[in-house]
Amino acid sequence: MSSLTDLTLRAALDGLASGAFSSEELTRAHIEAVEAARPLNAFILETPDKALAMARASDARRAAGEAGALEGAPLGIKDLFCTNGVTTTAGSRILGGFTPTYESTVTSQLWRDGAIMLGKLNLDEFAMGSSNETSAYGPVVSPWRRTGDPSPLTPGGSSGGSAAAVAAGLCLGATATDTGGSIRQPAAFTGTVGIKPTYGRCSRWGVVAFASSLDQAGPIARTVEDAALLLQSMSGHDPKDSTSLDVEVPDFAAFVGRSVKGLRIGVPKEYRVDGMPAEIEALWEQGIAWLREAGCEIVEVSLPHTRYALPAYYIVAPAEASSNLARYDGMRYGLRADAASLTDTYEKSRAEGFGEEVKRRILIGTYVLSAGYYDAYYLRALKVRRRIADDFTEAFGKVDALLTPTAPSAAFALGENADDPVAMYLNDIFTVTVNLAGLPGMSVPAGLDARGLPLGLQLIGRPLDEGLLFSLGGAIEKAAGFSAKPARWW
Amino acid sequence: MAIDAATVRKVARLARIAEPEARIEPLARELTGIMNWIEQLAEVDIEGVEPMTSAVSQPAPLRDDVVTEGGDPERILANAPRRAGDFFVVPKVVE
Repeated sequence: MSSLTDLTLRAALDGLASGAFSSEELTRAHIEAVEAARPLNAFILETPDKALAMARASDARRAAGEAGALEGAPLGIKDLFCTNGVTTTAGSRILGGFTPTYESTVTSQLWRDGAIMLGKLNLDEFAMGSSNETSAYGPVVSPWRRTGDPSPLTPGGSSGGSAAAVAAGLCLGATATDTGGSIRQPAAFTGTVGIKPTYGRCSRWGVVAFASSLDQAGPIARTVEDAALLLQSMSGHDPKDSTSLDVEVPDFAAFVGRSVKGLRIGVPKEYRVDGMPAEIEALWEQGIAWLREAGCEIVEVSLPHTRYALPAYYIVAPAEASSNLARYDGMRYGLRADAASLTDTYEKSRAEGFGEEVKRRILIGTYVLSAGYYDAYYLRALKVRRRIADDFTEAFGKVDALLTPTAPSAAFALGENADDPVAMYLNDIFTVTVNLAGLPGMSVPAGLDARGLPLGLQLIGRPLDEGLLFSLGGAIEKAAGFSAKPARWW
Repeated sequence: MAIDAATVRKVARLARIAEPEARIEPLARELTGIMNWIEQLAEVDIEGVEPMTSAVSQPAPLRDDVVTEGGDPERILANAPRRAGDFFVVPKVVE
């Protein structure tokens, strides 16, 4: 495959600017890579004709001296973002060929800045999952394999298509979303960088809703700087999302490479969970050592309610999902099953259109919101959520950022955790607290385990302090010197 | 807290999902397992804690109450499973 697909986004933008290659050449190389990588099942829909048309238009803009910040860069779009005139599935059958007549704010900003769309990336159905196995379009297969073992592995989820495509060199970067860890866990599993920004940093308008008080968009990329460039374009106030923050978007890429000397980094003792693999523990210690060498002061902190974050999340997220997904009734768009009465049509359409995990979460959400259980479950979970957020506020009184592992294990085999919902939910044990508190969190690849699989470290910042995460992420990236790539088998 | 078959049927009805009879008992077991795991929230002292309903501590913004977009039935109806003229066709609601 052409070396054009091995470039970082930064290097590709430089090459385009210097005229070393055109966007059409760069895009064509990626289209070929996408076609050759179909065994990964990373794309639900490839849009090569649209990509080439966008690339030619981009080359024309550049020739006219009107190049944007991402001019000519081919990207993948998680199929949770509505794209005007291009089918959007959310990984579900219930959308039934839904073709938006509008563009999500986040993707419209990427196109405004000159980026090219290669297609729509696979994901867990409605972003509900940690392994991509709940997608109605089949699981994504990770480009990574254990050394000497061809068993198919998960790229993580729900943004599994985004992470696999970036890791396999199918696109220069991808959009993703994170409700409980769906950007950071797949990034950790695939040796890529993923950042979930502060809640409200990116507009949710035009992103298919899962749990509205937790959902945030963000990028998955090959380097910390690439993630900064993408987040820059994706961020900003949008009057069409009432929770979008009307704050300035700093130059995120300028933070990469800045000294982190003198920063106080918290290590939360409650993240040392029982049964954590020794390799994860060792990676964490290594990360601590790297930041200490870079001049940071390491401070142990306590987040006492950490263990209650996942159970609280599994009330709050399904409750919001059961409400959000009530819109799929087969009347105005999406799948409609034939039945005699209106109620039967609703019930049959939803039974045929939703997969098992989505149904399970809708039922949990409906149950905890139903009369008699609302106070005992939903209201209690919202109060526990406040406790969790207060833990962070307290910790950030003492430290500037936190360092933790991203996930409790390396990537697992497809099918390995499929029988036990709770075991699957535990994947998000280190990431979900950040969504509940609305904070920014980033996963940076930090090393390989004994079986040759990537592991990630997570940085957590104060609200709107993504810049500091880019500086710290850059420091870890530099110290780790992570350059491993999956050996091509597809 | 055990969720029995009758509760699953009731909740599925509320959620407007036709669950086949063969799925009711397995769902009762799965949901019971999840809710038992969630029960640990009862250990947390929540005395005097305000529920957290939003991750953003800012007042909801207001805008002028005017039409900003509209008058475009083709876009609204573009994905209709069934339509007649500028209307969605739905199953009979009133006898």
